[in-house]
Amino acid sequence: MSAEGYGEAAAELLSAAGAGVFDEVELERDDGALVRGVLLPRPQYGDPNVLVVKLPNGYNVGIDARRVKSLRRVGRVEPSRGAAAPAPSPKPGLPRVHFVGTGGTIASRVDYVSGAVYPYFTAEEIYSMVPELEDVALVSAETLFNVFSEDMTPRHWSAIAERVAKVFESEGPAGVIVAHGTDTMGYTAAALAFALRRLPGPVILVGAQRSSDRPSTDSATNVLAAAVTAVKAPFAESVVVMHAGPDDTAFYVHRGVRVRKMHTSRRDAFRSVNAVPLAKVELPSRELKVFARRFTPRSSEGVVLEGGFEERVALVKFYPGMSPEVLDFLVDRGYRGVVIEGTGLGHVSADLVPSVRRATEEGVVVVVASQCIWGRVNMNVYRRGVELLKAGAVPAEDMLPETAFVKLSWVLARAQGREEAVRLFLTNVAHEMDERSEEWYYPPLNYFERYVRG
Amino acid sequence: MSCRVGLEIHQMLDTRAKLFCGCPTELRRDEPHFTFRRWLRLARSELGELDPAALFEYSKGRTFVYESYLDGSCLVEMDEEPPHPLNPEALEAALIVAMALNCRIVDEVHVMRKIVIDGSNTTGFQRTALIGFDGWVDVEGKRVPVSTVCLEEDAARKVGERGGEVLYRLDRLGVPLVEISTAPVLSSPEEAGLAALRIGQLLRMTGRVKRGLGTIRQDLNISVEGGARVEVKGVQELELIPKVVELEIQRQRGLLEIRDELRRRGVSPGALDQRPVDVTEVFKGTNSRVARRALEAGGVALAVKLPGFAGLLGREIQPGRRLGTEMADRARYWAEVGGIFHSDELPGYGIGGGEVEEVRRLLGCGPGDAFALVFGEPRKARAAVEAVLERAREALEGVPPETRAANPDGTTRFMRPMPGRARMYPETDIRPIPITGEMLARLAAKLPEPPEVKYERFTKVYGLHPDLARKVLRSYRLDLFERAVAEVGAPPTLVASTLEGTLVELRRDGVPVQNLTDEHLLDVFRLVARGGLVKEAVPAVLKYLAENPSSTAEGAVRALGLEPLSVEEARGVVREVLRGMEGVIRERGMAAFGPAMGAVMARLRGRLDGALISKLVREELERLLKGG
Repeated sequence: MSAEGYGEAAAELLSAAGAGVFDEVELERDDGALVRGVLLPRPQYGDPNVLVVKLPNGYNVGIDARRVKSLRRVGRVEPSRGAAAPAPSPKPGLPRVHFVGTGGTIASRVDYVSGAVYPYFTAEEIYSMVPELEDVALVSAETLFNVFSEDMTPRHWSAIAERVAKVFESEGPAGVIVAHGTDTMGYTAAALAFALRRLPGPVILVGAQRSSDRPSTDSATNVLAAAVTAVKAPFAESVVVMHAGPDDTAFYVHRGVRVRKMHTSRRDAFRSVNAVPLAKVELPSRELKVFARRFTPRSSEGVVLEGGFEERVALVKFYPGMSPEVLDFLVDRGYRGVVIEGTGLGHVSADLVPSVRRATEEGVVVVVASQCIWGRVNMNVYRRGVELLKAGAVPAEDMLPETAFVKLSWVLARAQGREEAVRLFLTNVAHEMDERSEEWYYPPLNYFERYVRG
Repeated sequence: MSCRVGLEIHQMLDTRAKLFCGCPTELRRDEPHFTFRRWLRLARSELGELDPAALFEYSKGRTFVYESYLDGSCLVEMDEEPPHPLNPEALEAALIVAMALNCRIVDEVHVMRKIVIDGSNTTGFQRTALIGFDGWVDVEGKRVPVSTVCLEEDAARKVGERGGEVLYRLDRLGVPLVEISTAPVLSSPEEAGLAALRIGQLLRMTGRVKRGLGTIRQDLNISVEGGARVEVKGVQELELIPKVVELEIQRQRGLLEIRDELRRRGVSPGALDQRPVDVTEVFKGTNSRVARRALEAGGVALAVKLPGFAGLLGREIQPGRRLGTEMADRARYWAEVGGIFHSDELPGYGIGGGEVEEVRRLLGCGPGDAFALVFGEPRKARAAVEAVLERAREALEGVPPETRAANPDGTTRFMRPMPGRARMYPETDIRPIPITGEMLARLAAKLPEPPEVKYERFTKVYGLHPDLARKVLRSYRLDLFERAVAEVGAPPTLVASTLEGTLVELRRDGVPVQNLTDEHLLDVFRLVARGGLVKEAVPAVLKYLAENPSSTAEGAVRALGLEPLSVEEARGVVREVLRGMEGVIRERGMAAFGPAMGAVMARLRGRLDGALISKLVREELERLLKGG
């Protein structure tokens, strides 16, 4: 007899009747209303003394336990979390693709107790979710860990990088797909780009903006497009594959070091910044079109892994009136690197300049990126920029602030001394920088003009 | 034969915004700004079940194309943003409706996802919540139980279909609806019609619902004794309900007779374990256009024997619809195959007697056996044969439970299998909403007046004759009557007799009164109330408006030359007429009133109140006789 999630009044009522969740019950309310249905667990939110009853017509309704005159247990239903997925039958001779589950919307189902989502990730389930894969790849899968995107740390980046390297070495798949929550996917994608120095195939991060338990989920098509990329891509880089627009038919392959989640909820939330996407996948044709003129090709010379990230690195956004104490605090606490998201071309207030100087003197690498997101930092144009350069600040060029943060963490874990760290930071390692800013890197936003009524 | 009918009424609520976002609730006619394309997939319910209706839609593997407006729909309709909290204005309206229908109200509202993967919802489910249950509505003295009142979001409008693509428009998606379900206790077509009328009237009286075409939709659950529960969707016109029920009874009865006949003939389910036979060769030189086109496109001809079915496939069960039609409907739905024929309609459609005989020979058909013939792409043709056999097996059971769609003539066609409870999942993006006693007490004051109270008011305050008051209370236009009297200030008896008498008479005379909107009628009553139209002229003005719906009441009055006259102007006309008949008047004295009145009315009808004209004629007659 379980009264899962219920409050005292409800639990008392249930235990008196010998009833618990998933029992079929019949109850009478104080106004004479008769209700019969299956008692469901109480969701974590809302009034815990309101019983949730699933009626025979499928509706859930809430009935206040304190208003119930009588309650009787009349039977029981066995909940199941879905029948086992049917055995897949992939076509023989297909290239292998390995899936690594790390958590997030894509690798989860709804938990009807809390209303939250719980993880699941086996090859059978992947085939059952995306039957089209039977024509595309021989799938294997594992769950490395179950972490919400926002709970990922640099240690998780290293663990994923190590696992991906291992899988490529021991199993030789055409590509490895990492299922990941979308919130911090860009950071992980950049981290893998730096950590995996040489690969026989691409490592592809994929996620979902709509959970897999709904018919309109984007997870299935994203996974399919990722698998097409794994099998067909000529490049062997860390990339993100997600919807290119609201259509389920087009997907962009973004370079991990260049991609940023730019929308809270849309399927096409991911955008390449200061770059055009590497490639595009189209469905249902399963074509892969490569846009990039330069990329790192698949290598047959074995994996080179350089994992490990310095954890005493911070990413700080500058804001008007910001106190220098923020920066001083980090230096006092022994941080070895700080990326400041400055304004415009790479500025902070005059108040902060002495703190930057002090940080530099103490061996801390202070990088300045721009909160404009698009465009390149240039600290020679205005006086403040020149002052910052003099104080020791390092410009992040056209790198995303997040990529600069990941790169600085990676650099500081392997450089000997500040000077080498700065040199390495300013070296293009994984296509994260570009000396040219091409016009089309910044997409035009004037499409709405023709619809504006004037 | 007895029948049991339950109603499911969907009524759009008149809220400012949609149920789960801030978008407007008006439908649009201008060109959509953009489209996007999606696919839907299956999901399981929290009890781990798959819904047959959902499985069926998924099996069709369709692409959905959505049309949208940049400034009309937002990311919520596109399923690109989670739903916003439930619109409180809609919740209040649904509570009022539930209370007006004497329902018990839930203590906490839980929004559910009802899986619908025909593409009409971008999410693949319709959000719906049960608000009230166990209510009742009085229908001509019978207490009809109202099982549930639900608040739900309307689906997208289907605007087209081509190949494997279905086209929808997003403007209607998310408009709040109340869904009212009665228990299946209505026992005749007429009673079903009356119950729908009564509920519709009550909905309008709450003042919270949209009016006009397409804002209310009736679904029916119909079963006859020995039959099965059949759901008929999308009856748009109230007047059609009795007819749909009657024809569905006829259909179910026909199917039961066919079942009995099949049993008499000793046809068992095992006899239907038939394999299709490829008869493509037979049609190599066929004259049938359908067959030729299918074969030329690389298709095949498959035939399957239906033992013991001879003569039954062609038996009419609804006007123009047969068991063979039902098989074809199924084949079209499951296999999307158009070219399907049965032996009771052959030879015909260009298929010759020789071809029929050859198919019969290949299948080994005896005289009591029938067959079905399918032309199409091999995989689809096989699926179509399966669908035909499935429907034949069901014929042995009688009436298959299914969801059917109403045709404009009152007949019905197969739509999809009946959905089960496995298609209901909790909507985890919306928190449960508590309904408090205080909230309900506050809303109780906003409920529409009960009919008894209205009757008192109509007879005592408005001075309606009891018969007329009863007529108005039963009327579909009850709320219009109230508005015309209370808001416009027109005389109650005139409004009542116009709505309940004049309109009926005009319709009987062939005037297209269906063209008259509520706005037309209110416009006419407003003109009467302002003194711009005399009541005698109302029928003529209505007739004109029905024939010229783009006109206004004033326009009609002008066009008909029915501007009211002042008493002095009228007196002038009376004098003129009387002078013209002075001879008769001098001869017959006051007895000339009759003919004089007739002559005057011919000139003044509709331009001044009749009683006033009569008074003027009498006065002027007396004046003339006195030797004026």
